[in-house]
Amino acid sequence: MKKGHLMGLCMGLAFCLILCLSPAQTVLAGEDFGPDRNGQTVEDGAVGRGVTINVYNWGEYIANGTDGSLDVNEEFTRRTGIRVNYTTFDSNEALYSKLVGGGADYDVIIPSDYMVSKLIDERMLAELDFSNIPNFRYIDERFRDPDYDPGSRYSVPYTWGVVGLFYNTDYIEEEITSWSALWDDRYAGKILMFDNPRDSLAIAQFMLGQSLNTTDENDWAEAAALLKQQKPLVQAYVMDRIFDKMESSEAWIAPYYSGDAAILVENSDSIRFVVPEEGTNYFVDAMCIPVTSGHKAEAEAYINFLCDPEIAGANMNYVGYSTPESAAKEYMDDEMVESPVYYPDEEILERTEVFVNLPENTSKLVDRLWAEVKMGGPGESMVLVAIILGFLGVYLAILIYKRQKRKRELA
Amino acid sequence: MKKAGARFYTFLVFLFLYAPILVLIVFSFNDSETASRTVWGGFSLRWYRKLFEDRLILEALCNTLLIAVVSAAVSTVLGTMAAIGINSMKRLPRRIMMNITNFPMVNPEIVTGVSLMLLFVSAVRLFGGRSLGMGSLFAAHITFCLPYVILSVLPKLRQMDPNLYEAAQDLGCPPVKAFFKVVLPEIMPGIVTGLIMAFTLSIDDFVISYFTSGTTQTLPIYIYSMTRKRISPEINALSTVMFAVVMVLLIIINARNAGERKTEKKRSSMEV
Repeated sequence: MKKGHLMGLCMGLAFCLILCLSPAQTVLAGEDFGPDRNGQTVEDGAVGRGVTINVYNWGEYIANGTDGSLDVNEEFTRRTGIRVNYTTFDSNEALYSKLVGGGADYDVIIPSDYMVSKLIDERMLAELDFSNIPNFRYIDERFRDPDYDPGSRYSVPYTWGVVGLFYNTDYIEEEITSWSALWDDRYAGKILMFDNPRDSLAIAQFMLGQSLNTTDENDWAEAAALLKQQKPLVQAYVMDRIFDKMESSEAWIAPYYSGDAAILVENSDSIRFVVPEEGTNYFVDAMCIPVTSGHKAEAEAYINFLCDPEIAGANMNYVGYSTPESAAKEYMDDEMVESPVYYPDEEILERTEVFVNLPENTSKLVDRLWAEVKMGGPGESMVLVAIILGFLGVYLAILIYKRQKRKRELA
Repeated sequence: MKKAGARFYTFLVFLFLYAPILVLIVFSFNDSETASRTVWGGFSLRWYRKLFEDRLILEALCNTLLIAVVSAAVSTVLGTMAAIGINSMKRLPRRIMMNITNFPMVNPEIVTGVSLMLLFVSAVRLFGGRSLGMGSLFAAHITFCLPYVILSVLPKLRQMDPNLYEAAQDLGCPPVKAFFKVVLPEIMPGIVTGLIMAFTLSIDDFVISYFTSGTTQTLPIYIYSMTRKRISPEINALSTVMFAVVMVLLIIINARNAGERKTEKKRSSMEV
């Protein structure tokens, strides 16, 4: 009896503790935002000294002090006294779900073009106070007033680039000038494609001469049909694995973002980069401040700091993307500034188009069409059903066999 | 002949298990400008140098280790208490409790992650906080480690002779002391297993942390965010270091256990 009491008490205690603990922990979480927010002294004068801002950027997208580069965040803290809790995401959609899901309080985010326009449409971005961002004057004319943010009220460009074709001249002797090379059956099995709907469909859209931001359902269906036609030739739909596959000659031709893949061209004599003549997608990753930010002035100071030509130059040297500030180029390696991969000719840029947010029903259509492209038509889902039925059959057979065996043993 | 076949089969199994780790270790020493993971460019320690310069990775690692240590410790204490309680229950309530305990384990991680996130977000709003962070990660990790601890402690309790505890009390030991002197040593192996299990589960958890991390970043989340560009071989270097540390720890623990067993054997043979 006594023992029962003690044990019951123990267990009760355990569960009480859990109950008490969880809310207590979350309150704690609510109070200190990041890992290092405590023990700050507010110094007089400087705005925001001792504050920590939460910055959310793409992975590996800032100079971090390795390989002799500038540690951008540390430099910012040194100059302004504002601390940076820097975290990273892998896709625009991940960023979006984090913002919408709540529970994360970001001060600076760096989404891509179409996500910027989506966030603007959903009123999730705060209008920037450009008197706090004087370095905006360094941003080149062509990057102001973009389609995704008319009037440049919510965003400041961080980097940009174009999508182009990388190909290995050891295996592909002709000079490639058109996206149609990705449909060439001489390269069957050696072609890679993007593993995301808009980038992949954009290639088909350029071939068909459509706008990337069309809302016409027939246009999208046509583009998807073109991708389905290409599918048997494609080795794989990949993102970052393109580096390994191209380097080891496992694949010969692949579309990718100029900034990321430029390193391939630099380090291999046989890999070449070309922007096809049909035109291409040009993309921008831009700095924004969510409306929920509690430290808007400090966040603007951070954006201003990243726009400082000297910082931007040092940063881009490491990141390997193109800067929207011509003034920053004098702080960068000549090799990079003169490379046509990073800074394509004006004439090529004429033929580019940027993504903007699609209306709800169009983006649903795009997702559905993409799923059809990747999974194949209804024919292949029949195979899947057959496989599942097969497994069920085997499972049932085993069950019946076991039952009969047991019956026989009992008898 | 039969033995050789069996050996070969075992070899294959181990090869299958360890080949990925081996490749990972080899490529952490790869000297390549392009951070390649498939083309060998000579031996170098550059990724190790880079790893120890990279503040972001080290910060993420620190967070991960802190969370793992705290949540393993807390969930072990709570789990042991819960196991003792469950063990002394009557048949029906015990069954119910065990089902409740098992449920989070069979539940898909993503469901646990999302539901915890929703709970935490509303709790944070309720208490006027702004953001999830370290605290919510602790709570989430303790929650999903708990059932594993309970499940590893419970069998030890069932194996234990229940009369031992009562005997100790009959001999004048107060209940608390009897627990620490008699029960705890008996179930210690289960507790240690639970602790180690909780620790490893917490270190490599991605899905639940992803949803509950707020503005804190753990190592798995950081690694995942590298996938747009490419996962840097620094991660290979880091994994190699972690693998080596775990290996050394396991060897030490095993050596110590073996040593203890030997002395025990000696003692018992002397007594005989």
